[in-house]
Amino acid sequence: MSIKKSKELIFELSQAGRRAVDLPACDVPEATLESLIPARFLRKKPPSLPEVSQPDLMRHYTALSQRNFGVDSGFYPLGSCTMKYNPKVNEDAGRYPGFSLIHPLQPEATVQGALELLYNMEQYLAEISGMDAVTMQPVAGAHGELTGLKLIRAYHRQRGEQRTKVIVPDSAHGTNPATATVCGLETVEIKSHPDGSINLEALQAAVGPDTAALMLTNPSTLGLFESNIREIARIVHEAGGLLYYDGANANAIMGITRPGDMGFDVVHFNLHKTFSTPHGGGGPGSGPIGVKQELVPFLPVPVIVKDGGAYHLEQDRPLSIGKVHAFYGNFGVIVRAYAYIRAMGPDGLKQASEDAVLNANYCLSQLKDDFYAPFNRFCMHECIVTSKQQKQYGVRTLDIAKRLLDYGYHPPTIYFPLIVEEAMMIEPTETESKETLDAFIAAMRSIAEEAKTDAALITAAPQTTVVGRLDEALAARKPVVRWKE
Amino acid sequence: MNIPQELKYSKDHEWVRIDGNRVTVGITDYAQAQLGDVVFVELPEPGTEVSTGAGFSVVESVKAVSDIYAPVSGTVLEVNEALADAPEIVNQSPYEDGWIVVIELADEAELDELLDSEAYEELLAEGGQ
Repeated sequence: MSIKKSKELIFELSQAGRRAVDLPACDVPEATLESLIPARFLRKKPPSLPEVSQPDLMRHYTALSQRNFGVDSGFYPLGSCTMKYNPKVNEDAGRYPGFSLIHPLQPEATVQGALELLYNMEQYLAEISGMDAVTMQPVAGAHGELTGLKLIRAYHRQRGEQRTKVIVPDSAHGTNPATATVCGLETVEIKSHPDGSINLEALQAAVGPDTAALMLTNPSTLGLFESNIREIARIVHEAGGLLYYDGANANAIMGITRPGDMGFDVVHFNLHKTFSTPHGGGGPGSGPIGVKQELVPFLPVPVIVKDGGAYHLEQDRPLSIGKVHAFYGNFGVIVRAYAYIRAMGPDGLKQASEDAVLNANYCLSQLKDDFYAPFNRFCMHECIVTSKQQKQYGVRTLDIAKRLLDYGYHPPTIYFPLIVEEAMMIEPTETESKETLDAFIAAMRSIAEEAKTDAALITAAPQTTVVGRLDEALAARKPVVRWKE
Repeated sequence: MNIPQELKYSKDHEWVRIDGNRVTVGITDYAQAQLGDVVFVELPEPGTEVSTGAGFSVVESVKAVSDIYAPVSGTVLEVNEALADAPEIVNQSPYEDGWIVVIELADEAELDELLDSEAYEELLAEGGQ
């Protein structure tokens, strides 16, 4: 292999008989596989595993790792995903032996520090969200949604009510209707106002005795704050439904406003977005949920309780929906988020949200002349522009996203929200400097100029990446997910 | 944009071909162009009851996943099995080979609620939905 990175799969590097390790000679009597395992469990021919030397192995995977792109490599303005930088001190905390070398089945008395951390984290998230109690068990945003809707369903059933409909706006994250369906509930979609806000008349018409919940994110997926939220909460509550807060956009509101104060009954947080734990392929995630008092009896078990100075895992909760994950959630992720909250403090978290909003508004203000801005007003932590002005040159949003790769940037979220044609949703986060934002803005402007003068450069992009434009339709229609000789 | 005169249309961009009390349903040329390359069509089982305005099928493209809403109420008689292996037919031939289901009408009067080709063309001119 050479500096020119290879494109071969590890299987294609295989040479019969080559090994990456030399095992010492066997110093015990040898036994054959056949003498140890019944023949019916043995495969008829050996698995076709790659046979490579150790240097080839290392170079192959090192080359692959260098092709990865993450927040440690560059700017990653993926809207609604909050790809903020993950401070490395979080990793130090996560690796403390007292956190990393314990076992979930150890006696409580030997893991009091870990239980205290979980207990404190619940208190912090309850304070930040304005809720009464928190469970750390769910391990992703969508998992938090599922847990939240299960709580809501259990709450209605306990009251003897059959409520089966979940209302979501047409700007919602796709996980919201998906969660309702998985939970055995039916989704009712309501159309948004042209300005992106909830249509109160449509909501009033949609609620009724069968309404289980409204699922909403605020700020919305358009990056706009829903200023009618108190009125929305009143309409849903008067119909007997509950309000679920999708916390994907919580990075805009920390220390400024709280879902609990807006009238929400359940909220999930994405620790891997808002609280700076690794995100994407590197995860894993964590999606704790907070609830108001009326839902506390239904929370997953075990619940961590403080008894004097000791922490205890309480299992005896007759109305609990049960467990939603093994043990207590993704503990290592929670430790990292805890370190972040402790390092930032209340003022730091507020500053983070303010800077996130400032950075998004700066991007919008600098891009709105070269790209069409459907909501050209003060935005929250993310902004939307589209390729409407580039359409005349035959350049679409997908092309611009691909061209950004040539400039060394991860593209923004594209074609979402669905209600905006050819959307690009840019979320810079608070951890980027003005210099980084300016360089990205310059790249976007340069692409806008290229659209006028050399559109083919954009529609044929990317040119500088390891592989060029992929046939996404073919990949989705006829996926090849297995290597075959 | 191709909008055949002999078909009826819904505001949600489905087309309807009427044959007695049976109707064939698909998505319009405009809808397929907006969706982009279709990669999957989820088909209902024959015999499924559908009601006007409710989703009965799902079309997935590289850009989005969209519900297909029933333009009329009735019972699904046939589904286009060819779409399971070749969803791209919806892009290539939205009004012919890319049909999605045949529905037996529950109430013929519902057909009067649908748009003719001129009204559908006006709807698109006003900016789609």
